[in-house]
Amino acid sequence: MADLVVAEGLVKRYAVRGGTMAAVDGVSLRVGQGTTLALVGESGCGKSTTGRLLLALERPDEGSVEVAGQAVHSIGKKQLRELRRTMQPVFQDPYDSLNGRMTVGQIVSEPLRVHRFRGDLDARVRELLEAVTLAPELAQRYPHELSGGQRQRVAIARAIALDPEFLVCDEPVSALDVSVQAQVVNLLRRLQDERGITYLFISHDLALVRHLAHRVAVMYLGRIVEEGETEELFADPRHPYTQLLLAAAPRPRVRDHERQEPVEQLGEATSALTRSGGCAFAPRCPLATDRCRTEDPALRPLADTRAAACHYAETARVGAA
Amino acid sequence: MTELLEVQDLKVSFGAGREAVRGVDLTVGRGETLAVVGESGCGKSLTALSLLGLEPAAAQVTGSATLGGTELIGRGERELRRLRGTRAAMIFQDPMSSLNPTTRIGTQIAEVLAIHSPMRRSARLRQAVELMESVGITDAAARARQMPHELSGGMRQRVMISIALAGSPELLIADEPTTALDVTVQAQVLALLRERTRDTALLFITHDMGVVAEIADRVAVMYAGKVVETGTVREVLEAPRHPYTAALLRSVPDPDRPAAGELPTIPGQVPAVGAVLEGCPFRPRCDHADDTCATAPALVEGVACWHPVSRESQEVA
Repeated sequence: MADLVVAEGLVKRYAVRGGTMAAVDGVSLRVGQGTTLALVGESGCGKSTTGRLLLALERPDEGSVEVAGQAVHSIGKKQLRELRRTMQPVFQDPYDSLNGRMTVGQIVSEPLRVHRFRGDLDARVRELLEAVTLAPELAQRYPHELSGGQRQRVAIARAIALDPEFLVCDEPVSALDVSVQAQVVNLLRRLQDERGITYLFISHDLALVRHLAHRVAVMYLGRIVEEGETEELFADPRHPYTQLLLAAAPRPRVRDHERQEPVEQLGEATSALTRSGGCAFAPRCPLATDRCRTEDPALRPLADTRAAACHYAETARVGAA
Repeated sequence: MTELLEVQDLKVSFGAGREAVRGVDLTVGRGETLAVVGESGCGKSLTALSLLGLEPAAAQVTGSATLGGTELIGRGERELRRLRGTRAAMIFQDPMSSLNPTTRIGTQIAEVLAIHSPMRRSARLRQAVELMESVGITDAAARARQMPHELSGGMRQRVMISIALAGSPELLIADEPTTALDVTVQAQVLALLRERTRDTALLFITHDMGVVAEIADRVAVMYAGKVVETGTVREVLEAPRHPYTAALLRSVPDPDRPAAGELPTIPGQVPAVGAVLEGCPFRPRCDHADDTCATAPALVEGVACWHPVSRESQEVA
């Protein structure tokens, strides 16, 4: 399948006290047309910044992004404006991202008006609200009159108003109640099936990722440390960080707490600022050797569809199976 | 087990008829952890807050809650203040809102210690560092000199736990204490809470069934201001009896299983806080609802439902 999104060697540095910090430090990724790539990792790993770079909401210090064959960071303003029709964000908090002074109808139709939609605007708004399973009457309401799940659906309706090919969903259901989360997740999947939309799905929730994504890239301190097809990666994670992340995901099942889990000894992420010569995960890794502390492992292919940035990716196993 | 905390018919209302908590009964024994689980607006946080007199000023609280025989509801602010920290303590989702942003961490812990026992300043600071070490903060002496914003979220929550436990309270109330944390840090903070509350009654408020599995001995599931199901953690997670509990558990995707079609959902949404509810509050969203459900079911043998799922009919997952 053709890749709709291709990013090569993205670097984004921010000035911080005491120097610069690379929030994104050499990220390359591809998203196949009509598929979902999940970008997972903990806060501060650079997953949201990567999403913003792909949408040209931020400019990279190094590297390039192509969406539908267009280099998003080097085309002219006018072309970028055109390209924005085809790529849209959906953010975590539908309370922040919707203008509270606009009605739902105005919010959903705004991108249509901005891009000079010719046609029956009201009919199009009705159609979009139906696509996200909202009653057309809600067009007259204001965001504060809606529930969290309804607001996120409005945000999605707005994002798909111009028939985009590519959506960056940044933690789109994290702020929603569990019973509503499932409704929105099903909606995203259905929209992909019906419209062939390509997703970058940014999330910390591995269970959701397994449910939604075709491929997964795991980020740690600005870099991708493992990637692969979803089922392969979940069935047999190769990077110790992926293994620990997976083990830490809370499951609604009773277990024996007397047996201590390795993740309970993990400590917290160091900052990208203090990155030394070796592997960024080495200070927390239960398997780290001298080699890990001195030699930075590159992301290397393990199989056709698999890659990991660990010297011991073939044999690494944290804790009991 | 002797019950340390006994809550009976607790109601919290805002103005005429707008009840957010609509008659809650709970018990927590010494050394026991009760998880109160539910979605936003179910009244779980308000229940916890009102036990220590921390509900919003506009709220009216009625009913009874006794801590080791002492009635908590209707106490004056002065008496409650004496109680907080010594007999009962509370930690919140966002430690930043409880910490003074302009005071060094060690000094803040020392201030709390000063309330509990008179000590010289240097002794207090030393004890503050020891407390920080006891909750797994590495390099505690240096951390004690830092400001709250210089610590990570996980470390700030560890500080709050150390402050809450400094007075050896009989009851610790924790309101979504790990919700804002990364999963690896959450696992560590839950392990810390498990270990440090072996002899403390812990009332743990959460929306996450996975967290429930990690922390709880017993569970109370709340919906629309009421407890709809209660039981041991094994009973509730492995063989839920209330259709709401069962549906909630089904709608959570499983990290250990491949995706299989659409996620089961619960149609509709939770009722608005304070909405007038007749009969079973879950009735509009329930597959099993019929005419009997127009009458509100009482909590009988751990479930408030006219058509509970039988435990025997469920296979253990």
